[in-house]
Amino acid sequence: MTLIVFYGLAATAVTAAILVVLMNRAVYSALALIVCFGATAGLFFQLGARFIAAVQVIVYAGAIMVLFLFVIMLLDPESEVFLPSRLKKVPGFALAFAVLFTLILFQAADRWTAAQVLTGPIAVTEGASWPGGEIETLAHSLFRDYLLPFEVTSILILVAVLGAVVLTRQHHEKE
Amino acid sequence: MISATHYLTLAAILFAIGTVGVITRRNVITMFMCVELMLNAVNLTFITFSRFLDQIDGQIFVFFVMTVAAAEAAVGLALIVVLSRHTGTLDVDQANTMKW
Amino acid sequence: MVLENYWILILFPLLGAAINGILGRRFPHPVIAWLSCSMVALSFLVALLSFFSFIRLPEDQRIITHHLYTWIQSGNFVSEVSFLLDPLSMVMILVVTGVGFLIHIYSLGYMAGQSGYYRYFAYLNLFIFMMSVLVLADNYLLMFVGWEGVGLCSYLLIGFYFEKKNAGDAAKKAFILNRIGDVGFLIGVFLIFRTFESVQYLTVFQAVSEQFAVMGTEFGVLGAITLLLFIGATGKSAQVPLYVWLPDAMEGPTPVSALIHAATMVTAGVYMIARSAPLYSRAPETLFIIAVVGISTALLAALIATVQRDIKKVLAYSTISQLGYMFLAIGVGAFGASVFHLLTHAFFKALLFLGSGSVIMALHHEQDLFKMGGLRKYLPVTFYTMWMGALALAGVPLFSGFFSKDAILWKTFAAGNEALWLMGVVVAGLTAFYISRLMFLAFHGRERSEKQHQDAPDPSPKEPSWSVTLPLIILAGFSLLAGFLGLPSYWGSNRLEEFLAPSFRFQLSGQPAAAMEHAHLTEVILTLVTLAVAFFGFALAYHFYIKNPQVAVRLANRFSWLYSLLRRKFLVDEIYDWLLVGPVQRLSQTILWKGMDVRVIDGLVHGTASLMQAWSHRVKRIQSGYARLYATWILGGALLILFYYYWISL
Repeated sequence: MTLIVFYGLAATAVTAAILVVLMNRAVYSALALIVCFGATAGLFFQLGARFIAAVQVIVYAGAIMVLFLFVIMLLDPESEVFLPSRLKKVPGFALAFAVLFTLILFQAADRWTAAQVLTGPIAVTEGASWPGGEIETLAHSLFRDYLLPFEVTSILILVAVLGAVVLTRQHHEKE
Repeated sequence: MISATHYLTLAAILFAIGTVGVITRRNVITMFMCVELMLNAVNLTFITFSRFLDQIDGQIFVFFVMTVAAAEAAVGLALIVVLSRHTGTLDVDQANTMKW
Repeated sequence: MVLENYWILILFPLLGAAINGILGRRFPHPVIAWLSCSMVALSFLVALLSFFSFIRLPEDQRIITHHLYTWIQSGNFVSEVSFLLDPLSMVMILVVTGVGFLIHIYSLGYMAGQSGYYRYFAYLNLFIFMMSVLVLADNYLLMFVGWEGVGLCSYLLIGFYFEKKNAGDAAKKAFILNRIGDVGFLIGVFLIFRTFESVQYLTVFQAVSEQFAVMGTEFGVLGAITLLLFIGATGKSAQVPLYVWLPDAMEGPTPVSALIHAATMVTAGVYMIARSAPLYSRAPETLFIIAVVGISTALLAALIATVQRDIKKVLAYSTISQLGYMFLAIGVGAFGASVFHLLTHAFFKALLFLGSGSVIMALHHEQDLFKMGGLRKYLPVTFYTMWMGALALAGVPLFSGFFSKDAILWKTFAAGNEALWLMGVVVAGLTAFYISRLMFLAFHGRERSEKQHQDAPDPSPKEPSWSVTLPLIILAGFSLLAGFLGLPSYWGSNRLEEFLAPSFRFQLSGQPAAAMEHAHLTEVILTLVTLAVAFFGFALAYHFYIKNPQVAVRLANRFSWLYSLLRRKFLVDEIYDWLLVGPVQRLSQTILWKGMDVRVIDGLVHGTASLMQAWSHRVKRIQSGYARLYATWILGGALLILFYYYWISL
């Protein structure tokens, strides 16, 4: 059962990813990306990271992608006409890279798993293997061991917001 | 039986697709979206390791990655807006003045 | 007291040279002159006082050494700065400082008003210092310091008028040829050290007399040493084949020619060999070579001198010829006679050169004999003193040259070398010829001078000042009197040779030369033969240049090939050019310069630069401006690293 779920989600994710890359229109790519994020959230859930799965859907698919769509719309996507590029060989390189990369990592992952003990079957319905539940463990760790990065992140977000506003300010001439 | 290898390989595939997209696409927004795809793949890797090493730290990391990705998306998109105003197009190949 | 500190005489000219050299540019001329002349005068005074104390010592104590400091100490090689005063060096130092002093006085008049006055006197003082070091040194290495030093001063002074290209070339030629000889000299010194483990004279000579008590039969190490040292002497003392620098050295001021190239520096080779008599007396093959080289040089130079037009060139070749005589004497083992001739030659040759300088000055730098004539009534002092020098050179009885030349010829004959003796007599005849030719052309006969100072109130030549004529007179006196130091055996005692005997005490005593029967009679007969030949030469010159000048011209035309050959110095310079100088120059030009320097070294440097340029021209295209390309490169690199880590984890 978990196998089917896994492969289904995996297939969805991969297909969506490929669509992101291949689609001509930016809006379509964005939508495909949202599907991919959704599938990934499912995978997170299957791995027992239920909180993170939720956060994925809310933040990533819900906020970030919406932002993306806003910008796409803002920048008039319909009138794109791209002149022929001078870089003809780049896609070939990219593809070669992708293949090699995947192969290497597959090999690496395989060998890593073989060396580890924890290869037990997992089940979606099985609870988190963390004592006291997953969210509690997460909260404990986050607000104790990782408190400082947590606070700093908030400042980071503040800075990002300010930056976004400042960067896109348009200077109007005083009449 | 699903082992870590499956998840990790999946993450690798997603990452590779994202990379191909970054290099291949000319629309700057689409490039950025492929970057998000790569980040997503990395998140998957972290969660996988968190699960199979029985440490919560992987999930904490993902948490932070997402946060930073959000901030990054905001600023990045702002920059894209400025760039497109400057060069008048969304073609990343037109912004080629940083050269010899 | 003076005798213990005799060596300080070296320091006076050094001091003079240093002060004049560094500060002299700002001194007025009289100060410069006074400084340098007084320094040499002090040296001469010390030498003279030492001499008076010296001769009061008993004979076997006439060796005084003084150790100043240890120069080099490396392993078992020790070289000291220490000095030796024995009869030989006593004679030499008196000549050096005495004649040197006279020439300094002469230079006051000769160099008056010329630019570079301070330089001249500084170099002259430096020369006296170096020459003193040479003759007073007690080991070969310190002598070599002086040897090189006088070579340096010779270079500086020959090239004194350095704005003239000829002067610079002549200076270089002198130095280079000296250098060639010095290679032989140095290798000889190395061999000495290797054989005897010391370079100190006394140590070496002691060792030689012990190790080589019997006359060796094969060539051996002593032969090699002596031959190599002799090669050094041929360079310094202008023998065949390294003599060609001396005629060119006449580019220097005339007092320089007198001091360095007549009286002192060129005699350094003779001194060196005389000093090494213990070595040489045990190397008969080398001695033979020396004798042959000496007499050949004497003959060659005398022949060339007979047809030269430049007054100084005649005297230069004459010097070479007389040096040949000195080497001939050495070659037959007559070291004392050689030094005797060195002494007399110093006087009369310096006199002749200084006199010629007086003539040159009076005629405003005319040096061509055929443009002189009739000067006897304008330059009386010069005239009479030069004739005294000429007679001494020609070997006229009672003048000093007669006694010393005769001693050499007699010793040559007595040692059994009749052929060499005969050649020596021929040279004596030629000597008489060319020197009387010089005198007749310059002072007698018709006035042929074209150079007259038109706008001076009295355009005729004038005798130069006292500073020029006084040394002439003094030297003339010595040219006359010095001979009586070495009377031949049928006349009296040879005081000089007796005085010098302790210096040669280590030498192997060969068969006594006077083992012939009727030795005295033979000697007198030989002397008369020589005189007859000399008189013949004299008369021939008189006939050619006074009585019947046409004869000379007709002869020159009849035998124009011979005349031309002699005039062009047997083409020796041209042969050297073709044989040695040309190929070396071409080698340097084509291979070393164009090949090595330009192609290899420049090629490397420029090549590296252009290689860098070419590469960077290509490499810079990576920065294309396209962000996607940059990303590709980044990913390529990342993949490589990834691959690497994967690989090493296998």
